[in-house]
Amino acid sequence: MIPASLHYHRARDLTEALELRRAYGDQLRPLAGGQSLLPALKLRRDRVDTLLDLGRVTELSYVAHRDNHLAVGALTRYHRLLGDPLVDRYAPLLAVAAAAVGDPQVRHLGTVGGALAQADPAADLPLALVALDAVVVLRSATGARTVPAAELAVAPGVTVCRPDELVTEIRVPLPGPARWRYLTFARPALEWSVVAVAVADSRVALAGMGPTIRRAYGVEAALAEGAGVTVAAARADEGCDPPDDVRASAAYRRHLSRVLVARALTDSGSTAEEPR
Amino acid sequence: MSIDARPGTTTVAVTATVNGRPESRRVPSRTLLVHLLRDELGLTAATVGCDTTSCGACTVLLDGRSVKSCTLLAAQADGADIRTAEGLADGDRLHPVQEAFAEHHALQCGFCTPGMVLAVVSLLQENPGPLTEHDVRHALKGNLCRCTGYHNIVRAVLALDGARRAG
Repeated sequence: MIPASLHYHRARDLTEALELRRAYGDQLRPLAGGQSLLPALKLRRDRVDTLLDLGRVTELSYVAHRDNHLAVGALTRYHRLLGDPLVDRYAPLLAVAAAAVGDPQVRHLGTVGGALAQADPAADLPLALVALDAVVVLRSATGARTVPAAELAVAPGVTVCRPDELVTEIRVPLPGPARWRYLTFARPALEWSVVAVAVADSRVALAGMGPTIRRAYGVEAALAEGAGVTVAAARADEGCDPPDDVRASAAYRRHLSRVLVARALTDSGSTAEEPR
Repeated sequence: MSIDARPGTTTVAVTATVNGRPESRRVPSRTLLVHLLRDELGLTAATVGCDTTSCGACTVLLDGRSVKSCTLLAAQADGADIRTAEGLADGDRLHPVQEAFAEHHALQCGFCTPGMVLAVVSLLQENPGPLTEHDVRHALKGNLCRCTGYHNIVRAVLALDGARRAG
């Protein structure tokens, strides 16, 4: 399988990429690591007129500690987050989520920004970013704006990123959570999560429970009212609209969300065990 | 900066170092790296198995790291250093990972072997160890052996890991 015919342009740098986005908008599809986009193009589930390859935009590959946040460039590949001293110190949940992505080959190419732009409701990194209350920087040739990670995706594969914008940076607020946990339930053979949960202090986020990754506000409210783990976890699927698909039925996902949230709340310490 | 012409081309020139040799080809923009290697350069060690980013039979090293060459455009590899299984041995002398695979009978039909070997080369470069069996199995989750010959592959990797620390 190969993608349908396409035009290809490699951006020299961020300035050129943004100028092209301003001039051509959605006629150009940004290509980051391509680990989700290329399979979709090969299967002809997706089509592009022109790929705008961001592979040379190396200025967007970094992890930096700033005053009140940890900044991660959008084109930082997953493997860079594993063993990075700043990530380990300030946002270890990100490393655990990155380690859950695909396999080493996919992690060598896939990027944080690509995962966000792809807006898969079962994605690992975006789930961790929602739990961490991270902010996504969207830049255009004329300026930049920030969007909470939880509000970036509006539907599977659809984000609020405008045709002239690119995801350029992720900001994880510091200090990070004192207690956190990342649990995913997936078939072992390279499957995406059926359901995954990330807990960061009082925030609980779920993947695989609807068209977008979302906060489990019912659980958070119960915990804020002093409820125990069992009572709070019972509200995990409140307001969720989980899909019935080849991976699992909606009813099973609801069940899984309650079980995983209970486990995550019970265990949530500051050490990483799963899924490494 | 003004943009006059529509950006993008339907063919693209790809220049890369492949197994230490400079190579240059013009290919359709949609060409996948595995097809550049196999069809243009005649390097057929990287095989197309699942063609869906799962099986890892097409694994090659891109600037030293394992990638699935069925899930990378040839254009994206422009300027890169690419190594395939053909480029591992030094003349008649096998690469240590190849040696270990032979010694531990870590292959059956051989279809997955080139990708498996390169995934191991990448793992050993990235991870100083010591590696547990669990580490090795997880690091090789992107490489499927449909003969299910995993035990000996894992043994070969653990032996390599032990040997590099003993040595």
